[in-house]
Amino acid sequence: MSEIRSELKYASSHEWARLEEDGTVTVGISDHAQDALGDVVYVETPEVGQTVSAGEEAGVVESVKAASDIYAPISGEVIAVNESLEDEPETVNSSPYDDGWFFKIKPSDESELDKLLDADAYKAENDD
Amino acid sequence: MGNKTALYDAHVAMGGKMVDFGGWDMPLHYGSQLEEHHKVRQAAGMFDVSHMTVVDVDGESARDYLRTLLANDVAKLDGNPGKALYTGMLNEKGGVVDDLIVYLRDPGYRVVVNCATREKDLAWMNAQAKAFDVTLTERPHLAMVAIQGPEAIGKVKQVLGIEWTAAIDGLKVFNSVSRGDWFVARTGYTGEDGLEIMLNNEDAPGFWHALADAGVAPCGLGARDTLRLEAGMNLYGHEMDDDTSPLQANMAWTIAWEPEDRQFIGREALEQEKAAGVENKLVGLVLEERGVLRAGQQVVVDDSDRRGIITSGTFSPTLGFSIAMARVPVTVGDTAQVEIRKKLIPVRVVKPSFVRNGKSLV
Repeated sequence: MSEIRSELKYASSHEWARLEEDGTVTVGISDHAQDALGDVVYVETPEVGQTVSAGEEAGVVESVKAASDIYAPISGEVIAVNESLEDEPETVNSSPYDDGWFFKIKPSDESELDKLLDADAYKAENDD
Repeated sequence: MGNKTALYDAHVAMGGKMVDFGGWDMPLHYGSQLEEHHKVRQAAGMFDVSHMTVVDVDGESARDYLRTLLANDVAKLDGNPGKALYTGMLNEKGGVVDDLIVYLRDPGYRVVVNCATREKDLAWMNAQAKAFDVTLTERPHLAMVAIQGPEAIGKVKQVLGIEWTAAIDGLKVFNSVSRGDWFVARTGYTGEDGLEIMLNNEDAPGFWHALADAGVAPCGLGARDTLRLEAGMNLYGHEMDDDTSPLQANMAWTIAWEPEDRQFIGREALEQEKAAGVENKLVGLVLEERGVLRAGQQVVVDDSDRRGIITSGTFSPTLGFSIAMARVPVTVGDTAQVEIRKKLIPVRVVKPSFVRNGKSLV
């Protein structure tokens, strides 16, 4: 069974979002998603300064098997991207919730986080 | 629930991630496709290929039948029992019904075709067989294990012991040797040296576990695909299909035009295509920027309005960048562009063969 962290919010499209103490939101993909993708070999992140809307394409993660779009779970401005993924995309597999984060957003509307799934709801969606 | 090979329980016990493949429950990988890929390039890995279809062709007219059915000429095998031939089996339009290996047995022949095309292939082979005194017999009791990599043959000899050592040592590339139901061929699909071994279903799990104990890594279909693509080997349904002729699929070398009076199925269509000028060819593409080439992406060739298409694309674990095979207009030069997510990305055009015996060819 893949790991689902209770303190995170999730999109049905398998991104997670974590509200940090400074009010920014860190985004990555779930353990379930990295496991389904297999070995990750390439990550394309959005540009710093770019504005993204909730549910909009914000990057691509490619495994040996397939390419998958990454969607912004909430709206806001991209204020940082994880540059280490350029040289070590496999970090997404080994540490999806920590070192393998994708980008950070300064949210335009923090209440959008409430529209995302909590851990139980995400687990229920992916139990089959 | 799909069909299960004799090794299904072994795959599950070893942690194989099972997926449906042409109606069979097969391992995609056992944890990391990349590690399995590297193991084959650097040491030895093994694949369960029991889902492939083995058909023995016997009878008075077996040779004549296969000389009509196949684009390559089984007469090349005459007098060399055990020898193998790679060929296309074509339809009347010159499209590829399937690609296959045919071995000369003594007497008779053995044909190994793909699993996803099994029913189509058998229907076609049976339909063509009506005009000949020939018997086609499927061999579902046979499992098939491919052991590939620089250490593969040594590991197999270690497991099979002294009884087989001399036979395997004497085995040339694209040749086989059989004893009872054991059929050992020096063939493969990875660009490495190795063996493909057919054996009784009952013997397969024991053999598989003995190979694992000898240090041969179990490998899934995922690694098989990246390895074959690096090796520039065609996959049915990607590089060729019922509507694609071997002339457009880098398979011209498998067509035996001589002798001229051998009327194999599809010959006329191929001759017409050749006379009219073949429009497309299969090339290799190398992406030197970051990103991954994928099947279905369009290829823009400078002096042609017609676009090409990527037939197979992936990240090459051995090379560390993305490679692809593509069917493109024959006017293609040394470079082209691939449309990836609406952007045109430059690629280098190479021969469709990227890695052989662990070494880069690009």
